[in-house]
Amino acid sequence: MIPAAFEYARASSVEEASKLLNKFGEDAKVLAGGHSLIPLMRLRLAQPTALIDINGIKELDHIKEDGHKLRIGALTRHVTIQNSSVVKDKLPLLAEIAGEVGDNQVRNMGTMGGVIAHADAAGDYPTLALMLDAEIVTNQRTIQAKDFFKDLFTTSLGPDEIVTEVVFPVANGPHKYIKFRRRLFDWAIVGVAAQKMNGDWRIGLTNVGPTPVRAKAVEDALKKGAKPEEAAQHASDGLNPAGDLRASPEYKKHLARVLTKRAIQQST
Amino acid sequence: MKHKVATTVNGRRHEHEVEPRLLLVHYLRDNLGLTGTHIGCDTSQCGACTILVDGQAVKSCTMFAVQAEGKSLTTIEGMAKDGELHPIQQAFWDEHGLQCGYCTPGFIMAASYLLSQNPNPTEDEIRKGLEGNLCRCTGYVNIIKAVQTAAKTMGGAEAKPSERAAARRS
Repeated sequence: MIPAAFEYARASSVEEASKLLNKFGEDAKVLAGGHSLIPLMRLRLAQPTALIDINGIKELDHIKEDGHKLRIGALTRHVTIQNSSVVKDKLPLLAEIAGEVGDNQVRNMGTMGGVIAHADAAGDYPTLALMLDAEIVTNQRTIQAKDFFKDLFTTSLGPDEIVTEVVFPVANGPHKYIKFRRRLFDWAIVGVAAQKMNGDWRIGLTNVGPTPVRAKAVEDALKKGAKPEEAAQHASDGLNPAGDLRASPEYKKHLARVLTKRAIQQST
Repeated sequence: MKHKVATTVNGRRHEHEVEPRLLLVHYLRDNLGLTGTHIGCDTSQCGACTILVDGQAVKSCTMFAVQAEGKSLTTIEGMAKDGELHPIQQAFWDEHGLQCGYCTPGFIMAASYLLSQNPNPTEDEIRKGLEGNLCRCTGYVNIIKAVQTAAKTMGGAEAKPSERAAARRS
């Protein structure tokens, strides 16, 4: 279908993009990779009055090592993250996850900042950001990942606020992301990420609630010496996932437990 | 308000004033008459509209024409040269990598990108590399064979059409 009409403006700097967002008002949207936004616009589930195209802001496309941190620019494409030798070395789980987003064509366009700001419950990077205590840097402030994802497609971003960078800790211990889906390019029905960091496990769950979930009960059990299969039984503690066309709430909870066990056991 | 979009498509310069909501695939098909790029779905899943934008495979249904400003595009019409099919097109022909042909332009462009990144892919790498394209009639077996054949033909033979023809005959 053809999207509803909108105004279009290209921004050459973050400041300009922020000004344009102010000018066009709260129904304006930022256009980065567009691979969530444009499909929604084609189905007319989204009808922004204006799109601010930030693809020309080259300084937002970067991967920087900064001590014990890895700074990923908002406009960095999945394909760049997937193939980056720095990411493979410093946070290989992120490279693995980037390679599991969509398909080649999607990964050539989709961006880190887009996934984070869109905050789809089935998005993969938000899970990693939450479980590793990443920081979301905007043109106005730095937000802890745990304070960023508020609800389904809802973040703490203000109307003229733009994600500029996501800052992850360096972590290159055992890790695994299991994305359970019917077809390779699909969103996760349920996803589970496991990462050993500073001697402890971090476990994150994708698409088992309106926001990403950190499986603290599993982490605590592992810390107390529980075996992976025992600890993984806690993966569904407190979860109340919505059923959808692909899975019932019970099945999602089942997947959370099974995939958590596998993710820990298969971490390398 | 209309915006100017200037692109190079298959080596030719084009400039038009377009509405921002015009999808790139509609621009190619309706404004430029390049109807080889197909539309197979409404949900960015099928890959029939795949083209190359500055050498990167993208779904032209999930990009606005205004985003192509200053870019160099290659569509299926840009693959054959001087009346001779591109080795990937020839391989789809030789291996019977199509039945109805609707998805074929997208598969060929996706395969072209795949081989540009990985000239000698394994079967698994081909399957993964073509995950963004759907075929609903031939199935994937002959499509994968076609990409394997194209990889062989293009490996070293690309610059010399005579060798390419010989490789086809053998």
